[in-house]
This record gives sequence, C-alpha cells and structure tokens, in this order.
Amino acid sequence: MQHTLREEQGALVIALEGDVDLEHSPKAREILLSGIGQGKNVFVDMSGVTYIDSSGVASLVEGFQRAKTQGSTFALVAVNPAALRVLQLARLDRIFVIHATLSEGLDGGA
Amino acid sequence: MPIGAGRLLKFTIRARSDELCRMRDAVRACVEASGCSETPTADIVLVIDEACQNIIRHAYKGDPDGEIELRIDREGENLVFALLDRAPLVDTENVKSRDLDDIRPGGLGTHFIRELMDRADFLPRPGGAGNLLRMTKRIE
Repeated sequence: MQHTLREEQGALVIALEGDVDLEHSPKAREILLSGIGQGKNVFVDMSGVTYIDSSGVASLVEGFQRAKTQGSTFALVAVNPAALRVLQLARLDRIFVIHATLSEGLDGGA
Repeated sequence: MPIGAGRLLKFTIRARSDELCRMRDAVRACVEASGCSETPTADIVLVIDEACQNIIRHAYKGDPDGEIELRIDREGENLVFALLDRAPLVDTENVKSRDLDDIRPGGLGTHFIRELMDRADFLPRPGGAGNLLRMTKRIE
C-alpha cells in the first residue's frame, strides 16, 4: 500500500493506493489518525485502492469516529465499485460521507 | 492444475498477514477459471481472506508458524471451499456475526462469510487436531 498527502482548499487529502488489507491496515490507520490529528477536514481518496478487507474498513471506521469526536469532516472520495461493495456489505455506505469526486467533496463537504 | 476428481486447488500458506496476498491471488485465479463472473469472484476472494484472518488472529492467535490449507472442489454447480488449520479447537459458539448497527472497528469478517456464502460450517478438523471451515457457493 502506498499513500500521498496533500492540501487542497485548506483540507487534507489522503490518497491510499493498493491493497488495504490485514498486512497494511495498521499503516493506513496510523496515516488516517495522524492526518485527522492535524485538525483539518480530511478527504480520503480511495480511487487507487485495489482491495480492502474488514481490517481496512476498521481503519476507516476509526478515522470516522475520531473525526466525529473532534468535530471535523471525514469523507471518502472516488470509491471504486469493488471497495464500495465491501462498504455496502458492512452497511457503512450509509454511515460514511462518500463523494463521487474530490471537487464535489471540497465544494460541498468541507 | 486440477488435482484429482473435482479438486480445483490445494494451496497452503503460513498463518501470517504477509501471506494473504498470495492466497488471494491463488483463489482469484482458480475461481475465475471455474467460470465465476467478476463480483462473485471478488466476494469469494474477500471471504477466504477474512476466514484466513480469523484463523491467524483467533485460532493461531498470531503464531506465525501455523499453516492454513485451502482446498477448492467443484461439486456440480457449487464450489466447495475447505480451510483447514492445526490450531487448538475454536469454540464455534463464539464465531458469530456482530450487530452491524453497532458502528465500531472490527468484527466484520464473520458477517462477510455468512452473508456471501450459501453455506458455512465451522467444524473440527477430521482425523486430527485443528479446525475446518467448510463453505459452499453456487456458481451463477
């Protein structure tokens, strides 16, 4: 799994790439919580995620809950169909804020 | 690659998280070759991965020397998956899906297994110490 961080319109964009699986989800969790800890609104670009399992989903849930606690935005953007199916199976597509594109999220979600 | 009548795959990994990618690749290739379309293939890969994770974390409790063996057989219109380990016997009463309305990290693996497979039975390993997870999925 790879990741990149960048700022756009004052928000932090965390792009995850590759497999977010049991091997890599501890790193994903660390990246997400560190980003949220900066106090900015966070958008997780999921377009490069090739696979996500329950441990990866757990990292997203933890990020969502941490952001909610501190009152900041935590949203997923550009979730590909395979990853979206996993979120739907976990019935988390109704819990997470999910935007089709980053620009849509930045315009309306931050 | 078929091994014996109906056997599509026999594949063994160490009970470590960095082995799961190899398992997923092997399952994907086998299931695709059996004629499964994209979404059922992805579902099966997810289920096997989640089941292996449960074995790594809850059966072997992180012991990296443990082994996980997967057998995939074709039985008519069904694919039959057998995941075998040699870990201490797991109390199947504790293998339950959690309430999805309880939003918290973790605990989804068993839900995925129950939701996506047509049948899943948690059993003692026949003929020796260990566990067997036997799952069936009808090919669409």
